[in-house]
Amino acid sequence: MADRYSFSLTTFSPSGKLVQIEYALNAVNQGVTALGIKEVLISTYRSPSLSKISLVTPDIGMVYAGMGPDYRVLVDKARKVSHTGYKRIYNEYPPTRILVQDVARVVQEATQSGGVRPYGVSLLIAGWDEGVEPQSEEASTEEKPTTKTGGILKGGPSLYQVDPSGSYYPWKATAIGKHATSAKTFLEKRYTEGLELEDAIHIALLTLKETIEGEMNGDTIEIGIVGPPADHLLGFEGVEGAQGPRFRTLTKEQIEDYLTNL
Amino acid sequence: MGSPFDINGGACVAMVGKDCVAIACDLRLGMQALTISNNFPKVFNYAPSTYLGLTGLATDVNTVSDLLRYKVNMYRLREERNIAPQTLANLVSSSLYEKRFGPFFVSPVLAGINETTGKPFICGFDSIGCIDFAKDFIVSGTASEQLFGTCEGLWEPDMEPEDLFETISQALLAAVDRDALSGWGAQVWIIEKDKVTQRLLKGRQD
Repeated sequence: MADRYSFSLTTFSPSGKLVQIEYALNAVNQGVTALGIKEVLISTYRSPSLSKISLVTPDIGMVYAGMGPDYRVLVDKARKVSHTGYKRIYNEYPPTRILVQDVARVVQEATQSGGVRPYGVSLLIAGWDEGVEPQSEEASTEEKPTTKTGGILKGGPSLYQVDPSGSYYPWKATAIGKHATSAKTFLEKRYTEGLELEDAIHIALLTLKETIEGEMNGDTIEIGIVGPPADHLLGFEGVEGAQGPRFRTLTKEQIEDYLTNL
Repeated sequence: MGSPFDINGGACVAMVGKDCVAIACDLRLGMQALTISNNFPKVFNYAPSTYLGLTGLATDVNTVSDLLRYKVNMYRLREERNIAPQTLANLVSSSLYEKRFGPFFVSPVLAGINETTGKPFICGFDSIGCIDFAKDFIVSGTASEQLFGTCEGLWEPDMEPEDLFETISQALLAAVDRDALSGWGAQVWIIEKDKVTQRLLKGRQD
């Protein structure tokens, strides 16, 4: 009966574990580090020329730790589901949480279907939601910079992690991949509520510097940010109401600038 | 055999006012010239300040209103928020176009106030989901030609809620009196921010 658990890759072992998911997590923990801070960005240690940060919708982007090929499949599926499951129905892009749930469903299905193995990646998904609660007048004055603290109702930036099991977690700041534990400890010390974009980039780079081996420069680091609408990326101008993407990646030169100021 | 849109009869109209919208429908349900009921409302509620009127084939009015109730309930559970009028408009549109080559015989009319912006919103659709965005009013049903006339004559911009109620009521009552397949009472909803008033108009019962 040695082959009792081999007719399917996704059968529980007697101890209640799905060993394939554990193996997938091992693949993730060997992957190069990626980290995110909610207020802003996803950043990572990159292999030359292949970019790891991907846009899913104009306001949502993601990065991974683990197996590159699996990630690219998930990026395609995430982009597809954001249209078939949302934009083609409601004529608007999905809020971050909804997209994360859709991606998590894809990942979960790979743990329960026959003939497939789980995805060998953990994802960090960061996005901006406009929010549906009316903005109060006082909120826009000097005292409080913003009441947009993330989520569908209030609006603002949010950061999620999706694991090979299909579970997902909202974070203020977190890391995945190699040295994730020490990176998280570092982030925990440095993170404060209501960080500015620039500060968050700074903290993210400091964390990366503390935790990874190897040189950090414009070729080895990627940074994605959730910032103000980047109208210059629209490709056209003069259209009323058109808003540029909020999620964008930084250029090599911009990254070098941040690194020299470290 | 006449058009499926004209078998059961019925009329619906939506209007924009100042920071308010109104939607109204008649109450008749018929089979050709024979009236079956004078209590068949054609306006349905999908969010606190979002209403949808459905005229056309009565069986499809029931089916479409139930289908949308299911879809909007699922939306609310998933997103933990009410659906915005603009979002509902696109949901109605895509749901109708899904049946492009075997459509529901309904002409929907949507009226609501966007909770985020506080702005009024109305629109209408054809039976395969093409949206008709309007700044003033939308009409549908067997009395739509008469409604176009009465609305063009009575509507003016920036009406207060009381004024809007009077206008939409007179427009509907006058129109359905000139249509044999509509009438037998009417219902009117006046939608303001944080307040909805529903009124029943007895109308001519002949």
